[in-house]
Amino acid sequence: MNSIDNTMTEGNGSQLRFVRRAMVPERARPLAVDVIGAIWRRLFGGVFNTMLTLVSAFILVALVWPTFRFMIWDAVWDGASRVDCLEETLKRPVGACWPFVQAKFGQFIYGFYPEAERWRPNLVFLIGALLLAPLLVPGAPLKRINALLFFVVFPIVSFFLLVGGRFGLVHVETRVWGGLLITLVISFTGIVASMPLGILLALGRRSPLPAVRVVSVAIIEFWRGVPLITVLFFATYMLPFFLPPHWNVDALLRVLIGVTLFSGAYLAEVIRGGLQAIPRGQFEAAAAMGMGYWKVMGLIIMPQALKYVIPGLVNSFIALFKDTTLVLIVSIFDLLGQVRTSFSDPNWATPVTLFTGFAFAGIIYFVISFAMSRYALAMERRLSTDHRAT
Amino acid sequence: MTPQQQELRQTRNPVAVDIVGLNKWYGSFHVLRDVDLRIARGERIVIAGPSGSGKSTLLRCINRLEDWQEGSVVVDGVELTDDLKKIEDVRREVGMVFQQFNLFPHLTVMQNCTLAPIWVRHMPRKAAEDLARHYLERVQIPEQAGKYPSQLSGGQQQRVAIARALCMQPKIMLFDEPTSALDPEMIKEVLDTMVMLAEDGMTMAVVTHEMGFARQVANRVALMDAGQIIEMSEPARFFENPQHERTKLFLSQILR
Repeated sequence: MNSIDNTMTEGNGSQLRFVRRAMVPERARPLAVDVIGAIWRRLFGGVFNTMLTLVSAFILVALVWPTFRFMIWDAVWDGASRVDCLEETLKRPVGACWPFVQAKFGQFIYGFYPEAERWRPNLVFLIGALLLAPLLVPGAPLKRINALLFFVVFPIVSFFLLVGGRFGLVHVETRVWGGLLITLVISFTGIVASMPLGILLALGRRSPLPAVRVVSVAIIEFWRGVPLITVLFFATYMLPFFLPPHWNVDALLRVLIGVTLFSGAYLAEVIRGGLQAIPRGQFEAAAAMGMGYWKVMGLIIMPQALKYVIPGLVNSFIALFKDTTLVLIVSIFDLLGQVRTSFSDPNWATPVTLFTGFAFAGIIYFVISFAMSRYALAMERRLSTDHRAT
Repeated sequence: MTPQQQELRQTRNPVAVDIVGLNKWYGSFHVLRDVDLRIARGERIVIAGPSGSGKSTLLRCINRLEDWQEGSVVVDGVELTDDLKKIEDVRREVGMVFQQFNLFPHLTVMQNCTLAPIWVRHMPRKAAEDLARHYLERVQIPEQAGKYPSQLSGGQQQRVAIARALCMQPKIMLFDEPTSALDPEMIKEVLDTMVMLAEDGMTMAVVTHEMGFARQVANRVALMDAGQIIEMSEPARFFENPQHERTKLFLSQILR
């Protein structure tokens, strides 16, 4: 109707020639109707879809229901000892024994850090959170100062607060540190220190200078080729034999260095992938305006390359965060280590203690990893200025 | 440009670019052969030729994006060698516009224009932004300053690229097929910008197939083939009375 009114048709009604008389106005897209019908068709349209839906529903119920029962419905919420978490006492099926976690909470978080000094890790957590929060909010002011405080000043302050021995603080040996505190210390140091190392190694591997390239490749391949457990073992038990006797490097520090080098090698390869995605023209355009190597890399290439590899970087960070638990084998008791030690306490020996402890550790690891992952996703979206399909 | 600046520009070295006996090989492929080219200050040279003739390579030797095996290139009195400092000195004074624009996609149009003035010329941010606004106005897209390159059309992107190069206030501008990647409808807006630049007296070396542009603004047109300059003369003579058979063939193919 519309087209006949608006167009001029010649010759026996065929549209061999066509001249538009009026433009088609823009219209709003029609709203989707029948949402329920559409969902129904997707879930139960055809035999295959129906089967998929039923199988998925079965798996969901089979997983979610027991989890819910264990964690909440059958869980014990109050109690003072193992007796309160026993089936015989309660005369019902028993799920998680949360009083156990409550009783051991201090140990899980601080390890054997002296109780009187626990305000120090608390203060570190508080400062960290206060500095991290505005850093994560995109529009917050003073980003530069904030980042400087968080990545440079915060670690130094934390070091003196946690270690002590100066400024009237009691010295607390790293040997007694433990729990979530040590997990966070190792992960944070590992991530913050390995990032610059990874960037330098990635640049080195693509350097036009052969010596720089060879050294970078050697470092990357060596640290990637050795299992983290070996690195930790070597750092803890073998290194003292090679160092002069009076060189008494702290055990935790040795582990931190090992983790950083290990993680740095992995990050270097992730970042190199991003560097390779940057077109040659970007180097040339920047160089053609008289920028030297470091300016080209720092202002043009790295910001783009790092943006491309955010998923890979976060992958590595999450892996590093969870791998910290390997320090258990060199007698550093991180969160998981503390949870496992607490199982041997006869006061809390019940059939569900083990599961409760692992459930608690699992929740903490998951919450932190998931938070990292979601934040990275949000950042990726915000930084996406090239308007490609995501 | 103030009269003093104009005077300064004219009283400096009268030769902008002096290329002597330039030879370059990619592997065993002899891409530039005994090229001699002298560009005077304020002169506009258009270089044409079939693809693979070495014309882009020649242009890229002028700011040493390419190096060479034999011969010398002197830009504004500075001989280009392996000396990085000299290379950067020359690049500061030589603007370049690429076929693929090469804008920085992670920066806004304004940031694209102010980055080099701030970091290379050490200009205060405010001054750099004023300068950028001035040149964005010259290329007629001041309203796009806050956008990202990917939000602009090809023609607009190329004009931003020209403005970005001009923000370094270069003495010489190099154009490497600036309209080859553009939709036909956008070629004119870029060429108009280049004509405007030519009218301001900018020294320009342009690799292009836009013969209309060559006729309109060039002082000399050069034809390159097989790594050498085949013929070079003022546009009237180049187009009306070409001497070399290769030039006649090229013109007959390109002008149809």
